[in-house]
Amino acid sequence: MAPMTENAVDQAALLQFLLRMGDNTLILGHRVSEWCGHSPVLEEDIALANTALDLIGQTQLWLGLAAEVEGQGGDADKLAFLRDAWDFRNVLLVELPNGDFGQTLMRQFLFDTWQSIMLGRLMKSSDPRVAAIAEKASKEVAYHVERSADTVVGLGDGTAESHDRMQAALDYLYPYVGEMFLSDEVDAAMVAAGIAPDPADLRSEYDALVGKVLAHATLAVPDGKYTHKGGRTGYMHTEYLGHVLTSMQWLQRAYPGAEW
Amino acid sequence: MSQPDLKQVWEWLDGVPDPEIPVISLVDLGIIRGVDWQGDTLIVTVTPTYSGCPATSIINMDIETALRGHGIDKLELKRQLSPAWTTDWLTQKGRDALEEYGIAPPQPAGGPSRCPRCGGENLEKLSQFGSTPCKAHWRCKDCLEPFDYFKCI
Repeated sequence: MAPMTENAVDQAALLQFLLRMGDNTLILGHRVSEWCGHSPVLEEDIALANTALDLIGQTQLWLGLAAEVEGQGGDADKLAFLRDAWDFRNVLLVELPNGDFGQTLMRQFLFDTWQSIMLGRLMKSSDPRVAAIAEKASKEVAYHVERSADTVVGLGDGTAESHDRMQAALDYLYPYVGEMFLSDEVDAAMVAAGIAPDPADLRSEYDALVGKVLAHATLAVPDGKYTHKGGRTGYMHTEYLGHVLTSMQWLQRAYPGAEW
Repeated sequence: MSQPDLKQVWEWLDGVPDPEIPVISLVDLGIIRGVDWQGDTLIVTVTPTYSGCPATSIINMDIETALRGHGIDKLELKRQLSPAWTTDWLTQKGRDALEEYGIAPPQPAGGPSRCPRCGGENLEKLSQFGSTPCKAHWRCKDCLEPFDYFKCI
């Protein structure tokens, strides 16, 4: 039986929150791993593979805790490989296709910045398990954001072609940024329990950081305020998630319980 | 058999090499956070270097194998995430061994202080990442050799 202190926290909401954190890193980690062996140069290939590895490692921590909270004998692997698209809680941004190298790094930068701010807040979580994961992950993410920001500047303020490609990537991805800052009843429960911040409260810090880097990169932040949404609530994912899952989950679906 | 004292256990662990950088021990790496007897069970507390480091499971296996080899039957490995691992926990012995092996040890300034091969200080970064999660890739502009740098985190 769970101790009294845990009963005070809405466990169903906590589970949703943990799935959101873990599914973001899982799906982005898988997307980034798709570059393995395909990057423009060896150093970038290694960098992307290492970034993917960090993200998958963080996924094991978040989904491992999610399975513990769910309390149905599952584990991180079962959550990753045996759920279907409608049970995933990642934001739409991370499931979008890689596009070219620039688009992948722009997506990484837009996500890394959010994640670094979020993890900074979660290090003060009232739930020591959440705080410990955030403390661990934040060191890795600080490194990610440094690299993705540098690359966005290098390519944005690079050649005419790299600039145009980065602007096109930003124009395509920016309407997906807003979903990271939406709040619902799950977030309200997390705020009430002191477990996690209201995502909406991260926006001004995010805009300042992203604005600074994009200005260095000579890129223009798109005007529109429209936001695609539905990923973190599970209401509606893009068609891309199903394709990610068919590839990512294939082995466990074809050979249930396979291990090596 | 009588319970080996903890100093002895630490010495045994210091004999277990890191699986990816075998010139340093797990103790040198600073990932063994505690060793303690709880009744007749030895509790070894381990913290991961990077959350996705594939060596983590091998490390746990190596610890078990080594300690069982020294006759410890009741053994429990605990994972501890907080405080998060930092390269400040590398021992001086470990730092020296890294450099001797050709890997520049971590520096607070965020980059290597000198080439581990020729000692040159005219260095450039090739990539923030390297052959394992814990390393970055640098090059010496004096001897022109590329080398690994153990990232400072």
